[in-house]
Amino acid sequence: MNLATPLAALFAAIGRPVLAALTSIGRVTLFAGAIVGHILRPPFYLREFGQSVLQIGWFSLPVVGLTAIFTGGALALQIYAGGSRFNAESVVPSIVAIGMTRELGPVLGGLMVAARVASSIAAEIGTMKVTEQIDALVTLSTNPLKYLAVPRVLAATLAMPVLVAVGDAIGIMGGWLVGITRLDFNSAAYLKNTADFLEPWDVGSGLVKGAVFGFIVALMGCYHGMNSARGAQGVGAATKAAVVSASVLILAANYLLTEVFFSA
Amino acid sequence: MITLTGVQKSFGANRVLAGVNLTIPSGQSMVIIGGSGTGKSVLLKCILGLVRPDGGQITLDGQDVTKADRDAFLARFGMLFQGGALFDSLRVWENVAFRLLRGAKALPKADAREIAIGKLRRVGLKPEVADLFPAELSGGMQKRVGLARAIAAEPEIIFFDEPTTGLDPIMAGVINELIREIVVEMGATAMTITHDMSSVRAIADRVAMLHAGVIQWTGPVSELDATPDPYVQQFIHGRATGPIASVR
Repeated sequence: MNLATPLAALFAAIGRPVLAALTSIGRVTLFAGAIVGHILRPPFYLREFGQSVLQIGWFSLPVVGLTAIFTGGALALQIYAGGSRFNAESVVPSIVAIGMTRELGPVLGGLMVAARVASSIAAEIGTMKVTEQIDALVTLSTNPLKYLAVPRVLAATLAMPVLVAVGDAIGIMGGWLVGITRLDFNSAAYLKNTADFLEPWDVGSGLVKGAVFGFIVALMGCYHGMNSARGAQGVGAATKAAVVSASVLILAANYLLTEVFFSA
Repeated sequence: MITLTGVQKSFGANRVLAGVNLTIPSGQSMVIIGGSGTGKSVLLKCILGLVRPDGGQITLDGQDVTKADRDAFLARFGMLFQGGALFDSLRVWENVAFRLLRGAKALPKADAREIAIGKLRRVGLKPEVADLFPAELSGGMQKRVGLARAIAAEPEIIFFDEPTTGLDPIMAGVINELIREIVVEMGATAMTITHDMSSVRAIADRVAMLHAGVIQWTGPVSELDATPDPYVQQFIHGRATGPIASVR
């Protein structure tokens, strides 16, 4: 029996998705590079930037706030339950604060914003593509990348750390509320414990993560929107791809950033 | 003058343009006719640089369009898209004044708005329409706004992509008349792609028929009915039988 044919088929089956993945990585990298290259070069679309800050930052506050308060509360309960196994209930305030600022604030905030913003950007730009609005921009001497993608990516990169900071504060407040109402903590002691153990870099690292996650969210929304296939199905697929890729990249970037910031 | 020489374009195995040769004289209205899917829109997008041709050359006043300064080149064009392609997030007047509000020669907002309202009037829309969003307009009104946007910066060359598609016959007639009036009054070079014969007769100085990736016939609109070309005759009379294969 000739083994060459099934072997070739096996290599082809492995090679095709690998090549497709490498092609996608290359395209996204070039797309990101083009956006970064345009950020400091005029013309600047300030109105589009302002609208994007409003859409991405301001209107994401409720969902980020709700996510943070419930996460902070649940975290306090879990740490209390776990800590009580070795008489370490008193670590609840500090662990809630560190957990929220370093990990849960940026990651859960990033994932919620990915669901809300990457999908909306991809759907909006994808619809613009299939209705020839992007071609219309070109005929009106306007670079679609600069007009559509740069303001959104810049707005998300700058707004996301603010959302993370608000989420951190609300999450810590959620832990404090549960601590004083359900776990019999003294309010002043809880707050003092939080302040004593929290270091500036705990908060700072989370804000840096937030900026990176914001960049990823808007980048994926814009990339998949601009590469949307035709028709409603094409826009739907672009929207789904934007949310999935943004979420996976956020989790991957979170691990890499945590390695860089805290592995020493 | 726009000159196309041997323009070719394929999408995968599908050869859409197989060597298009065509000249559009300055100040004339050229209408490209042809069945659905024959590459009329692709041809138009090749001229504008929205689609890169695989081969051949396109020149504007003797200069290769691929080597021209892109902004200066596009500043000479206006385009009415098939579906209007109005920007949903902008008000009607902002759509019309889009080019006037941006770029090196950007006008103050008040001046741009005034010009936009003037252009809206020119296409038969009231000034009250200016502050609406495109989604609040009917299909015919959206076409008119698209037309106002195409002429807002007084371009030398205007492209019309299926200008009457989706409109009732009366509105189609109104749009055809508007296009003809505007092209004549501006002295612009116009290129329209359509398969609506009433548009052809209302708009064209010259007609070219695109079939099987090449220009099958071209000539003045006055010779359209008399030409013995079997492709043109089948197309303009809408016959199911003839050299153009129909899918049943």
